[in-house]
Amino acid sequence: MNVLSKFAALGALALVAACTNNDPSALGGGAGGNGAIVPGSPSDPRSPAYFQQAIGDRVLFAVDQSTLSPEAQTILQGQAQWLLANTDYVATIEGHADEQGTREYNLALGARRANAAREYLISRGVAGNRLQTISYGKERPIEICSTEECYSKNRRAVTVLTGSTTG
Amino acid sequence: MMKLLTSLFVGLTLLSAPVSAQTGPLRLELDEGIIEPLPFAVPSFVPDSPAASQFAADISRVIAEDLTGTGLFREISPDAFISRVSSFEAPVQFADWKAINADALVTGAVNVSGNTLSVRFRVWDVFSGQELGNGLQFAGTTEGWRRMAHKVADQVYSRITGEGGYFDSRVAFVSETGPKDQRRKRLAIMDYDGANVQYLTDSAAIVLAPRFSPTGDRLLYTSYESGRPRIYVLDVGRVKRQELQTQEGTMSFSPRFSPDGRSIVYSLTQGGNTDLWKMDLASGQSVRLTNTPAIETAPSYSPDGSRIVFESDRSGSPQLYIMPANGGEATRISFGQGRYGTPVWSPRGDLVAFTKQNKGRFHIGVMRLDGSEERLLTASFLDEGPTWSPNGRVIMFARETQGASGRSTLYSVDISGRNLRPVRTPDGGSDPSWGPLLN
Repeated sequence: MNVLSKFAALGALALVAACTNNDPSALGGGAGGNGAIVPGSPSDPRSPAYFQQAIGDRVLFAVDQSTLSPEAQTILQGQAQWLLANTDYVATIEGHADEQGTREYNLALGARRANAAREYLISRGVAGNRLQTISYGKERPIEICSTEECYSKNRRAVTVLTGSTTG
Repeated sequence: MMKLLTSLFVGLTLLSAPVSAQTGPLRLELDEGIIEPLPFAVPSFVPDSPAASQFAADISRVIAEDLTGTGLFREISPDAFISRVSSFEAPVQFADWKAINADALVTGAVNVSGNTLSVRFRVWDVFSGQELGNGLQFAGTTEGWRRMAHKVADQVYSRITGEGGYFDSRVAFVSETGPKDQRRKRLAIMDYDGANVQYLTDSAAIVLAPRFSPTGDRLLYTSYESGRPRIYVLDVGRVKRQELQTQEGTMSFSPRFSPDGRSIVYSLTQGGNTDLWKMDLASGQSVRLTNTPAIETAPSYSPDGSRIVFESDRSGSPQLYIMPANGGEATRISFGQGRYGTPVWSPRGDLVAFTKQNKGRFHIGVMRLDGSEERLLTASFLDEGPTWSPNGRVIMFARETQGASGRSTLYSVDISGRNLRPVRTPDGGSDPSWGPLLN
């Protein structure tokens, strides 16, 4: 429950950002002028840290599923806007599964999840050649307890930015 | 550098039999459900020189462990022995072995000459006082002493059960260390009993699911060493590997050899969708075998190479299907409750072993080819990845324990569901692949 509300809050944040900054290029506009913003920190809207923390670099999935929840779609919409505004970056979407499942099936399931996120970003205008996918199946959990609280965080697609030339 | 696998030259010599070569009445019928293990005695083999005495003791011990490990035999402690066997040629005092209730007796002698070790042995039916089969001699290097012990044990097993043995065989697996979120995986190979572990890769890249070639000379496996999952083939003797070039796609994995070793079937993921493909190894050409929006993975050939059993979620949840080896219509075979995966065709061709997930528990089970007579052999938090012993009597698999400190351990279980036991490996283990009997 905790997790869900946290992500709902993140989603709301992203929504606000989407509403107030309809022009994607405006997203990074304030970075230089405002003294309170430390370049590269989560307060800098052009930074990967902002992408990771303020927008949310990951979406979560239900057991065995690869469909995107409304919350996941909101986060991905924020990711898409950021990627459209920050064209120096490319991304690899990493798909993951929880440990409840066989190794090879979970590898394929992680690929499905990564692809669902990629397709969504493409549908929001991000060029497909900027988006790679990879699956780790159940090989790289971030939480290691064996309860739904951990599993829900492990069933994820994480958008990892690379290739920045601006830092 | 990686040490090459022990090269062992094994010669087979028939010893002249003291009695006519008739098979004695001692017989364990494995299909009749063994309740009482058969009591046997292995007095320490007779060394022909001081140099041979440690080998003789070790070889006798490994033979006894092999037999006891099946759950079908029970060793009678040497403390109970009345007779001392100090000569391989001297007549056996059957009354002394009957008195301690030994049904079977294995006697032997060990000779060491330089780097060469030879082992002679005989198997006796104590009750009838007859030899079971003929005396045999195995010769090899001193380094390969364990293999000679396994060969003797295979002979004993075979002569008493009438079935092929499985002790002189190896298992490829993934050796695991570290917690679940920092697990380091290395491709490894070991004797079937966990001895002689050799590492074939370092832990720099994730490696998954090795599979032996039918002759045991090569391994297929999946590695992230290029950054994404790809299929590799490794020459076991030379520890030399090569990436297999598959078509454009995000990843290829789940490779298995065909029974003739000339082609492989594997999973390829394109646009998030995973299908089965087949590659001819000589030409490197691949053809598609399945074409559905579902996940198709974990294939396994029938022993005659004509069909493939695999896992697909085309019905909405992972289930088992059988299709012709060149693709075509697939027939669903699993209909029980829960999810089915990792099917592996038995060496005899009559059963499929699988992983089943139901109500939060995992099971290793077997079923017939039409899905009937499903039998669950194990139950735990997470059991997966069965592999068959060469004679189809035992299944090895991996069991992962629950929680933050969970680790993965290899286990074996008889296909009757009895004799569940961990395989002693130095670290954790997963994804076992049992190779063929060695020559």
